[in-house]
Amino acid sequence: MLKLSLSRMEELFSRINGERTLYAPIQIGEQTQFTPWVPDAAVQMNRLSTVKSPKDYFFPHIEDIAAFRVQGKEIEILDVRTEAAPFAVFGVRACDAESLNLLDRIFLDDPIDTFYESKRKSGLIITTACFEPEETCFCGVFGIDALSPGGDIATWIVDDTLYWNALTEKGEALTEAVKDLFEETDDMAVKAAQEKAQTVFDKLPFRDLNLDGLTGEVLMKKFNSPEWANLNPSCLSCGTCTFICPTCHCYDIQDFDTGKGIQRFKCWDSCMCSDFTLMAHGNPRTSQLERFRQRYMHKLIYFPDNNDGAYACVGCGRCVQKCPISMNIVKVIKALGVENDV
Amino acid sequence: MCNCEILIPKLGIITDIRDETPDVKTFSVTAPDGGVVFPHMPGQCAMLSIPGVGEAMFSITSSPTNTAFMEYSIKKAGVLTDWLHRAETGQQITVRGPYGNAFPVEGDLKGKDLLFIAGGIGLAPLRSVINYVRANRKNYGKVDIVYGARSADDLVFRKEIESEWDGIDDVNVHLTIDRAQAGWSGNVGFVPAFVKDLGFTKGRTTLVCGPPIMIKFVLAALDEIGFDETKIYTTMELRMKCGIGKCGRCNIGSKYVCKDGPVFRCDELAALPDEY
Ligand SMILES: Cc1cc2nc3c(=O)[nH]c(=O)nc-3n(C[C@H](O)[C@H](O)[C@H](O)COP(=O)(O)OP(=O)(O)OC[C@H]3O[C@@H](n4cnc5c(N)ncnc54)[C@H](O)[C@@H]3O)c2cc1C
Ligand code: SF4
Ligand code: SF4
Ligand code: FES
Repeated sequence: MLKLSLSRMEELFSRINGERTLYAPIQIGEQTQFTPWVPDAAVQMNRLSTVKSPKDYFFPHIEDIAAFRVQGKEIEILDVRTEAAPFAVFGVRACDAESLNLLDRIFLDDPIDTFYESKRKSGLIITTACFEPEETCFCGVFGIDALSPGGDIATWIVDDTLYWNALTEKGEALTEAVKDLFEETDDMAVKAAQEKAQTVFDKLPFRDLNLDGLTGEVLMKKFNSPEWANLNPSCLSCGTCTFICPTCHCYDIQDFDTGKGIQRFKCWDSCMCSDFTLMAHGNPRTSQLERFRQRYMHKLIYFPDNNDGAYACVGCGRCVQKCPISMNIVKVIKALGVENDV
Repeated sequence: MCNCEILIPKLGIITDIRDETPDVKTFSVTAPDGGVVFPHMPGQCAMLSIPGVGEAMFSITSSPTNTAFMEYSIKKAGVLTDWLHRAETGQQITVRGPYGNAFPVEGDLKGKDLLFIAGGIGLAPLRSVINYVRANRKNYGKVDIVYGARSADDLVFRKEIESEWDGIDDVNVHLTIDRAQAGWSGNVGFVPAFVKDLGFTKGRTTLVCGPPIMIKFVLAALDEIGFDETKIYTTMELRMKCGIGKCGRCNIGSKYVCKDGPVFRCDELAALPDEY
């Protein structure tokens, strides 16, 4: 393990940024957002929740996939893909780091999404342990240890010191390049801080969420559960929960006429929107109940069904904080997670 | 699986356009230097697009045994399909695929007595299987095709049915239309009732395609006659964007129709939520 005084963070950021583009949780107005680092940026070392996860850097909100020149009956197809330039994201929390492993299961499954793959290869994740979780955090329910986060390099901030530990080859390589800034140390201070913080985690309000009823062959039973009718009536279909969720991966494909040609792009979409599944011969999900059910069935039943039991939620709590009507996955788990609901 | 660069299409040229019905046309498409844009198996689909107009999924209605060109039968339903109906031969389009699974023509269908049941444009995906079976006739048993449409004018592939399929090589076609009309001497009535009237034996392996409502009634009719669910295949149609199980648009329960379908065995379908 390596350590560095927090007073030298600016130096570290500057060195990393010289190596590859650096993104960090930076305060902008009232909010903290992952944005490109610039000298003297207000990097939030202790602020836990960014408005959005760093998902954008791997699966951008909007991304060009191809371009076309159309003339009379002729079409020219232009490949606009570029190799992603190396970058690093600093200050990623354990939940958001795990969300990328879940997105890997979708985008790196055959056939591989080369747009995502290229960014995943050139991106480096530097995580930071959470010693002061928020009330809305429940990553532990999904087996994520916020005190020992994943990624390529894990860091811990204890008192005035940053502790640094490379976890992957990619992480080792960056560490090598900045090593002269650091001092070697043991993990005593980190261990002590972890132990102390564990008692905070043990008291989080959602720590006991019960997923028992959401395992095994329960798809039809949960799909037909009367609980949905109680849960959804007030959902506004605003889509907020899907756009801030680090594991949501639905997208749309659209064309844009630039005046010089056609740009085809993909962009995030939301299963909460009424025309998501609209077709020429009808719509299989006409009511908000059905769309609401789709989002949570996907996260809690369908995704695990296809991915060795892994849930498509990392307990980041964003949907708990941001839903305008206070509906969220915690309430769904409470209603459906118990084993013997009818 | 998909032999194309993900989401980036290939170029195709419309070399022939045939009117099937007032709102369905069949388009022949080749690669720029001739031949098919990519090989496929019966039941698979492709994303066709005119950049700036739209992109949509269509069944490849030609048989893989036709390596000279691909065919798509397209019903006018919205922006892209209207545009294609106004297109002329020589028009270039973009094509990506093939997407989805296929009917098990080299698996469970082999050596079986086959019953095809289609309504309207639903004959398009089955035509690929039918012509594959005809090209490899000795590998399959009896072949019966029950096909219905609103009116005689709405029957697609009518010329091909009459001149190449019916009564040839032990293939029998049974046509029906919803309401009687002048000049029609065939059966009048809906497909599900007609299937029951024809009295097929239970041993048939059955392939059903058509509007969702027709499929539901046909399956109920087959169940009534005592057909075995595990020998009935059908195809599903849901809104699609990516075609590769990633954009999250086309799921029925935990299955993505673009990837795990569009062909489903009825017992598989019965295990999924009724959300299609
Ligand atoms: C697996 C599969 C196989 C298929 N095979 C065939 C085939 O062989 N032949 C065939 O003809 N068709 C086939 N289809 C159907 C075909 O994909 C649709 O008819 C096609 O997408 C219509 O595209 P469009 O651009 O013409 O229509 P669009 O303009 O996209 O509109 C279609 C309909 O959707 C609605 N709509 C779409 N977007 C909006 C919006 N933003 N707001 C409001 N309403 C909207 C409209 O009501 C409209 O009627 C298949 C579909 C699938 C999924
Ligand atoms: S469902 Fe809610 S808590 Fe779970 S990962 Fe998405 S935003 Fe976070
Ligand atoms: S659950 Fe809440 S955030 Fe999600 S669409 Fe409904 S109202 Fe919006
Ligand atoms: S069309 Fe994208 S998941 Fe099926």
